[in-house]
Amino acid sequence: MAAKYVITLCDGTKCINNGAHRVRAALDEQLRAHGLTDQVRINLSGCLGMCEKGPIMVVNPGYVIYGGLDESDVERIVTEHLVGGKLIGDLEVEQDHLYNRFYRIFGDVGFFGKQMRIALRNCGIINPENIDDYLSLRGYEALGKALTEMSPADIVAEVQRSGLRGRGGAGFPTGLKWKLTAAEKATPKYVICNADEGDPGAFMDRSAIEGDPHTVVEGMALGAYAVGAERGVVYIRAEYPLAIKRITKAIEDARAHGFLGERILGSDFNFDIEIRLGAGAFVCGEETALIHSIEGARGMPRPRPPYPSVQGLFGKPTLINNVETWANIPVIIMDGATWFSTVGTETSKGTKVFALAGKVVNTGLVEVPMGTTLREIIYDIGGGLPGGRKFKAVQTGGPSGGCLPERCLDTPIDYESLAKAGSIMGSGGMIVIDEDSCMVDIARFFLEFTQNESCGKCTPCREGTKRMLEILTRITEGKGRAGDIEKLQRLGETIKKASLCGLGQSAPNPVLSTIENFREEYEEHIEQGKCRAGACKALIRFEILQMCKGCGVCRKVCPVGAITGQAKHLHVIDQDKCVRCGLCFEKCKFDAIVKV
Amino acid sequence: MTTTQEKDALAELGEFIAEVMQREYPHSHLIAVLHKAQALYGYLPTEVMNEVAVRMGIPTAHIWGVATFYHYFNLNPPGKHTISVCLGTACYVKGAGAILQRIKDELKIDFGQVTEDGMFSLQPARCLGACGLAPVVMIDDTIHGDLTADKMMELLETYRKGSED
Repeated sequence: MAAKYVITLCDGTKCINNGAHRVRAALDEQLRAHGLTDQVRINLSGCLGMCEKGPIMVVNPGYVIYGGLDESDVERIVTEHLVGGKLIGDLEVEQDHLYNRFYRIFGDVGFFGKQMRIALRNCGIINPENIDDYLSLRGYEALGKALTEMSPADIVAEVQRSGLRGRGGAGFPTGLKWKLTAAEKATPKYVICNADEGDPGAFMDRSAIEGDPHTVVEGMALGAYAVGAERGVVYIRAEYPLAIKRITKAIEDARAHGFLGERILGSDFNFDIEIRLGAGAFVCGEETALIHSIEGARGMPRPRPPYPSVQGLFGKPTLINNVETWANIPVIIMDGATWFSTVGTETSKGTKVFALAGKVVNTGLVEVPMGTTLREIIYDIGGGLPGGRKFKAVQTGGPSGGCLPERCLDTPIDYESLAKAGSIMGSGGMIVIDEDSCMVDIARFFLEFTQNESCGKCTPCREGTKRMLEILTRITEGKGRAGDIEKLQRLGETIKKASLCGLGQSAPNPVLSTIENFREEYEEHIEQGKCRAGACKALIRFEILQMCKGCGVCRKVCPVGAITGQAKHLHVIDQDKCVRCGLCFEKCKFDAIVKV
Repeated sequence: MTTTQEKDALAELGEFIAEVMQREYPHSHLIAVLHKAQALYGYLPTEVMNEVAVRMGIPTAHIWGVATFYHYFNLNPPGKHTISVCLGTACYVKGAGAILQRIKDELKIDFGQVTEDGMFSLQPARCLGACGLAPVVMIDDTIHGDLTADKMMELLETYRKGSED
């Protein structure tokens, strides 16, 4: 029978001096007493090099290192860890920060080694559908600690002291939001988890819920206890079926284990969570729109104040935080605000998760300490651009953010620096763009999105984005006019100032930032009718060179019959018929077709 | 509302509505009810929305307002297979536009339409969250990643053939 655990005991001189042999004898005895002799293999090692912490014991799987042991500790290790499956924090050599576990498993993989996983600490190392897995990594201990040792006001103070700011994008201080909600007298109060992740190109929340749903549940329970709420709602996109399934199961399991429901863990605290599905409206990520959607109405925002902390769901005080924000809470309670605030920069504490995608070798989720530079993320973690392609821009913050050029690559990631560079932190989308993409077209793409998603309630957003989109579309069609750039800037500034909610207030950002950083591309489109990336169809032409072998492939694939020519003779493209689909260009084996 | 299948669907929807009407703030469950209706019927037929209006005591105009506000709800019957082309940024940067164009050319339909043979319907998707696999197309509930226009055509063929069997 294969051993379930492998225990390595340090057999170095110092450990022996400190009693390693007595520990060994106690271990043998305990294993026998618990009938575990067959399931645990004991290895003796040479000096492990942590002499001042001796005697040392390493328990695998998990690479858990216990130190400073004596006989009495051994019984705890056997009963609590080997039998109970629970780590014993106070015996571990390193203070067991919750984020450490991930590194013991994945730390030597380059992609992960340069990250710091706090919100995603359990993703990939636990079975998200098994509450015991979460419990084994000190899950729900933060809730237990809060309910037994801390008052609601202590928790609010701890979160405030941590410096955590909203991870949904705007970066509002989380602790302040909690304080404001806690101060309200009206009841019942609600807490909401905003999992309506809508930015195109962002999948942080989906992965966090799919990988570690209990963290969100525990974070919400802590928030509810802190502000005095008894009900919680997870508002999640209907487009995320797996995440819905996992969070549903997590809530059921938590309820069955007494972490949700009446008199949680024997305290007077009652709290339960229900799930509400979105139905595909980007604007519902805005908190007042989200509340309307939970209430069963069209998801349209309303002016603030009153803020949801005063008047939210069903008119009651409501605490809304984003998935990633909730996922940080148990860590802050367990490891303390003092530790948490050592990570990050002066104004932005902790880590941020980014969904790295686009023209980059390693796409995926990346969690880094605030203050990491864009260059480190794209090149050191992301592995740079594939095929040696040339970097052109990085887009952060989705449709509310901006495009930053190469000279901004050394910008550290924090709320202020990104804003200063002309983009925003946003919820965490990060798209790398190479020279094949046209910046005017990218701006048009984002505006098309926001224009389509504008709920139509306020005029600047509804009409303004429409007019901006018209101008951008005509520029990409080669029909730009002198003064269009200035008109876009003027319109953009007006929309930003006059719109009701965050959607409108940030919708012009992709346009304004591309004008700021890539103005020459706009000018080329308007003045010379040229698209340097070859992305704007109206501004490109395909031509067949003299070297054409007359193989006929292009003629056959052309969907509109624009190519004519006899076998083994030069073929020609009828430019009037050509729809510039580029199929002939892709298919020509002899590189005889060029894009000009 | 004629066939037995439709009667069963209506009965199931009715039960669901009766259940949510027992809860606190019953009208807040309208979106959940519409999700249920769409799951049962494949789309939101007018008569079903009228039925929801009567049973929940919500004006039809409000229900229409909600059903048309959210992209997820279809007011027309879908094709046998629904093709959702992801138009998220990562997919766009990696060439989703060209794939979409090929689908439109091949099937001769635009967003929100169904092919003449009722086989495929086409809809845009706002980021399926599978950016690492970009460009991505979802057919029914299955995600197909790392696509090119050619691979997309092969996929359509597979689905067509699959339907014949």
